[in-house]
Amino acid sequence: MREPIPEQRSPMMEIRGLEGWYGESHVLHGMNLSIGEGEVVTLLGRNGVGKTTTLRAIMGILDRAEGSIVFRGRELLGLPPERIARSGIGYCPEERGIFSDLTVEENLLLLPVVGQGGMSVEQIHTLFPNLKERRSSYGTKLSGGEQQMLAIGRILRTGAKLLLLDEPTEGLAPVIVQQIGVAIRLLKQKGFTILLVEQNFHFASSVADRHYVVEGGQVVDEVDNADIAVRSQQLQAYLGV
Amino acid sequence: MMSIFSMPADVFLGQLLLGLINGSFYAILSLGLAVIFGLLQIINFTHGAQYMMGAFVAWMLLHYFGIGYWPALILSPIIVGSLGVLLERTMFRKLYNLDHIYGFLLTYGVALVVESAFRAQYGVSGQPYRPPNALSGIIDLDFMVLPIYRLWVVAASIVVCAATWIVIEKTKLGAYLRAATEKPVLLRAFGVNVPRMIMITYGFGVGLAALAGVLAAPIYQVSAIMGGNIMPVIFAVVVIGGMGSIGGAILTGFGLGILEAFAKLLYPPAASTVIFIAMIIILTVRPAGLFGRTR
Repeated sequence: MREPIPEQRSPMMEIRGLEGWYGESHVLHGMNLSIGEGEVVTLLGRNGVGKTTTLRAIMGILDRAEGSIVFRGRELLGLPPERIARSGIGYCPEERGIFSDLTVEENLLLLPVVGQGGMSVEQIHTLFPNLKERRSSYGTKLSGGEQQMLAIGRILRTGAKLLLLDEPTEGLAPVIVQQIGVAIRLLKQKGFTILLVEQNFHFASSVADRHYVVEGGQVVDEVDNADIAVRSQQLQAYLGV
Repeated sequence: MMSIFSMPADVFLGQLLLGLINGSFYAILSLGLAVIFGLLQIINFTHGAQYMMGAFVAWMLLHYFGIGYWPALILSPIIVGSLGVLLERTMFRKLYNLDHIYGFLLTYGVALVVESAFRAQYGVSGQPYRPPNALSGIIDLDFMVLPIYRLWVVAASIVVCAATWIVIEKTKLGAYLRAATEKPVLLRAFGVNVPRMIMITYGFGVGLAALAGVLAAPIYQVSAIMGGNIMPVIFAVVVIGGMGSIGGAILTGFGLGILEAFAKLLYPPAASTVIFIAMIIILTVRPAGLFGRTR
């Protein structure tokens, strides 16, 4: 296949008019967003507004989706999930998706390599030392924080350049949240592009470049992280905090 | 249990061996069912017909082409396994999102069609199939006279079962299989072609059934009803072991073969029912089976 010639300033991923359904229930109503190479972008919003559904639509594991999801010049919508992953996208689901019948080590090494320049197991162990200590434990024996580290760690090995992280801080102790935050900022430095789903506004503002506010299956606002102090009150209203 | 150990040692060993021979078939067949159920969540009611086809293909290879036992041991599982892959691609694949009852109806229906076709063509009386020369003859163990072929069956079954267990529990390929069993959709979203894995796994499980069929051909003769005869016991084995548990299927297969052999000695009328009595007792105590986990 021919490599598409990268246009200047063309986004890494461009989502236009994305509609999505779970069974009969229409959840996404024309999502529009774009993510530039190397950016950390969040989807902020309350429960049930369609943030997770958007990530599932990108990965091709939603019951039904329409619209357009272009990644590096290629339309992803309609492709089977395994081809979408192999185009260079790493997915960290909300429920973390640790395989309980596999050890930490097996979980870490399971995912196929989908691109060049993935991190080595040593580098991942340096980032998340807990994973080294627990390498022969089975998935279910891990704490919530360790599961989250494993869920993020295992997609760093694959060479995926775009990471979809679904609420990585949910239900975790503040000290672990901090650790995840350090990791995400480090990944940004290393050149990863990250689409982050969050409800934790404070956490989101500590790691991201840009925020999309999602309501009712649509993007209703876009906020640059630099303007976050000015827009703080409005954002808090969106999130209902 | 004490009465077993108060028997003379030669009687005890003799029954143990007999049990292991039947158990060899139970183990390979229930292993195939467990592998298929684990990934496809389909109870493969075609398994008995595929076991029968394994034996028949070996017989046909010899009868029509002069191809003997050793090549048949490889060829027959490949041929029958490929037919299984075809079945998966053209039919089962459409049922994965539907209620399990459809999988049951389809696999059961295919079994009826296949067995009737063989019955129409070859009748129900068995076709003889001789063991290869290298495995003919007997050895005298003092306490009993044992055909060499039966010892071979036990050895082959243990090797095949152990190898399958190691591949599934200890290798990268097995890790994919375990992961796909647990979260197939997520594994796809990581870039693994799970539909292709399912197809290959079904072919492998069917191949195991066919292998058991080839191994059985010199012992039980080759007939259209051989699958129908053995399958009720195999389903009992899988249920007792715990649906989808690989190690459980193997151990339960051998264990119930042995249980059956001792029942035959202690109270012959119970021999054919002891497995089902065990099934009822075990399911009452452990509904998920001996090695099964409730999900």
